[in-house]
Amino acid sequence: MVKAKIATTSLAGCFGCHMSILDIDERILKLAELVEFDKSPINDIKRFSGQCDVGLIEGGCCNHENVEVLRAFRKRCNILVSVGECALMGGLPALRNGIPMTECLKEAYLDGPSVVDGSIPNDPELPLILDKVYPCHEVVKIDYFLPGCPPSADLIWESLVGLLTGREADLPYELIKYD
Amino acid sequence: MQEINLKALQGEIKAIAATEGNQRTRLINVVRKVQAAYGQVSDPMIDLISEALSMPRIEVEGVVSFYHFLSKRKLGRMPVFLNSSAVAEMMGLKEVAAAFEKAAGIKFGEVTPDELLSLSWTSCIGMSDQEPAALIGGLPFVRLTPEKVFSIIEGLRSGKSPQELVEKLGVGDGNNAHPLVRSMVNNHLQLSGQVLFSSFTNGAALRKAVSLTPEQVIEEVKRSRLRGRGGAGFPTGMKWDFCRKAQGGEHYVFCNADEGEPGTFTDRVLLTEKPELVFEGMTVAGYAIDAEHGILYLRQEYQYLLAYLEDVLEKRRTAGLLGKNCAGKAGFNFDIRIQMGAGAYICGEESALINSTEGRRGDPRDRPPFPVQSGYLGNPTLVNNVETLAAAARVVENGAEWYIVFGSGQSTGTKLLSVSGDCRRPGVYELPMGLPVRMILAVVGAENPQAVQVGGPSGTFIAEKDFDRKICYDDLSTGGALIVFGADRDIMSIVYNFACFFESESCGWCVPCRVGTRLLKAKLEKINQGNGTLRDLAEMEQWGKIMKSTSRCGLGQTAANPELTTLANFRSIYQHRIKEDEYLTGFDLKTAVAEACEATGRYLQDE
Repeated sequence: MVKAKIATTSLAGCFGCHMSILDIDERILKLAELVEFDKSPINDIKRFSGQCDVGLIEGGCCNHENVEVLRAFRKRCNILVSVGECALMGGLPALRNGIPMTECLKEAYLDGPSVVDGSIPNDPELPLILDKVYPCHEVVKIDYFLPGCPPSADLIWESLVGLLTGREADLPYELIKYD
Repeated sequence: MQEINLKALQGEIKAIAATEGNQRTRLINVVRKVQAAYGQVSDPMIDLISEALSMPRIEVEGVVSFYHFLSKRKLGRMPVFLNSSAVAEMMGLKEVAAAFEKAAGIKFGEVTPDELLSLSWTSCIGMSDQEPAALIGGLPFVRLTPEKVFSIIEGLRSGKSPQELVEKLGVGDGNNAHPLVRSMVNNHLQLSGQVLFSSFTNGAALRKAVSLTPEQVIEEVKRSRLRGRGGAGFPTGMKWDFCRKAQGGEHYVFCNADEGEPGTFTDRVLLTEKPELVFEGMTVAGYAIDAEHGILYLRQEYQYLLAYLEDVLEKRRTAGLLGKNCAGKAGFNFDIRIQMGAGAYICGEESALINSTEGRRGDPRDRPPFPVQSGYLGNPTLVNNVETLAAAARVVENGAEWYIVFGSGQSTGTKLLSVSGDCRRPGVYELPMGLPVRMILAVVGAENPQAVQVGGPSGTFIAEKDFDRKICYDDLSTGGALIVFGADRDIMSIVYNFACFFESESCGWCVPCRVGTRLLKAKLEKINQGNGTLRDLAEMEQWGKIMKSTSRCGLGQTAANPELTTLANFRSIYQHRIKEDEYLTGFDLKTAVAEACEATGRYLQDE
């Protein structure tokens, strides 16, 4: 059997969702039987080697590099899954969305009480930040959403195995209940 | 801003609070009086009011921030509130708004340096058949044109009062010319039916009622199969019965005259021409449910009718139709007071209306308990629409058999329709229930309309294929509004107008409504900018259904109707503006980084 190819990335996230993926513990051996990891921080592969079956996205888009990575994932992955609150809704980084971006920059780098001789960071290496933090589905089409901060390992495991094997995922209420 | 002498202010606000007996349940009256006296209810004023009424400051502030016509910021001595309804837009709102800004020399949301004028937007003020319309210094000015606007502003600047300007522009028909009204509003009563606008002898219904037992009165109303005229259609007799049987303290009769549904103005005309009939209905209801107090909740937009209505009440007291032993019935004491609103669509919802009358924000309450069980101040309370009460009076006067002849099936009697938009004879029509839309369109002189909005924004948008549907509870229910859209109208901009309306009128209490109205508006903006995709349409439908099933009150449950009914009946209009590619999202990277480019002086490398 040809193994499915899977790619993952963390955009404007905290890597917590990736930690949750690793939290599947010994099941990772089973996962290794099912899939081959392509571009992912887990194996540190930086470039896509070819077309992938599933892409897992952690984090929303806060800068133009995030957008480019996400678009590349959309292009290279047949199925794209938003994983976790930040990818689904913008999450914590989106707290800045109520404040105009220029105001944020000024407060952080020019007018803040601890700033001495401030300037707005402007290295060409730095990606340009977006006017607000966007959830992934506002930037590209997302096929599935796994909610949670982070989604539990069981939820990720169940959904992923369901997706890869074509059987209906068993998602009891406790797995997707967050209050 | 001129320095306010706090000490003097304290005395004045204490005096205002005293005129309302220092009762916190009369907070709306107190803040309205403060607003009228100072053109604002500022932070220090809020402090003083909370002190005078011994209530938490936050409750006062909550009320001030809730209603359209109350403002923390100072408004002009002659505040202008121009209504932004869809019909106003169709009738030249844009030009009129520009004329106001030019004539006053300020933008909307601003006050002139001499503090004479301020320009504000408000929702529909119940003048859809004579748009564009504005409230200036509290009085309605209708059928505005840029020329009229310039002459009105010039008049105000030369010291003329709004009333003098109304007189100059000419007063309207019927009782709009009554000495206590003198308004330029027109009734446009195009068709009088046999129930509401036929001749009525004061006291006839009440005398009939008191000759029966209260149970017999309720039985008669039940047999008439009269249902609530506000649109929801709850059986009136049953409501009266529930309220009569409810345990608890004193019972109350409320007449809901907060008609805020854009396109609805039937109550305005009924209250102008047949206030006796409405008050008689309230009194009959009071007899039926054993109440001593009636309260007419009048929206602030109709304040110009207040003196006239108070006079009608006074005459009824003199005639023995209100007060002790009404209509000669020993032991039946009933009187009516008028509670003014302060501008909020949601107050047309009965529990929100009760909250407002208790001096609170007009947030709806959880139900149960229903108002008939626990309403005003926790007492059993009957809330009926203006038209329902007027019809109930006629039912009791003439009997259920007489009434059910009009109308059809489960929808008995006549219904008032307020028709506006693209037709030759906009205005109020009293028609039997159950007529097809097509027939009504012919009567009102609507030629080749592409769409009709039945029941206002919260109702149903129908296309030509549905014009044979009938106006009745089993098919197309309406509180009265019928807005006609001609062939050239852009349906999308009308839907957008409705979306803005719901966004601004949502009370904000529950998430599906507060967030849903905003999201739907954002979706429409995206589609109108040409960035819409197939998925946006699917999401609008999905979210609309969530709003319908999970919102706390009727506002949120119907707020997605403009989108849902146009997506069902006018889908091609959306399809023309979207990109039919399921992988597109409409995200535009250049726009998203524009601000960062400006801040850093860098440019995005070509993708």
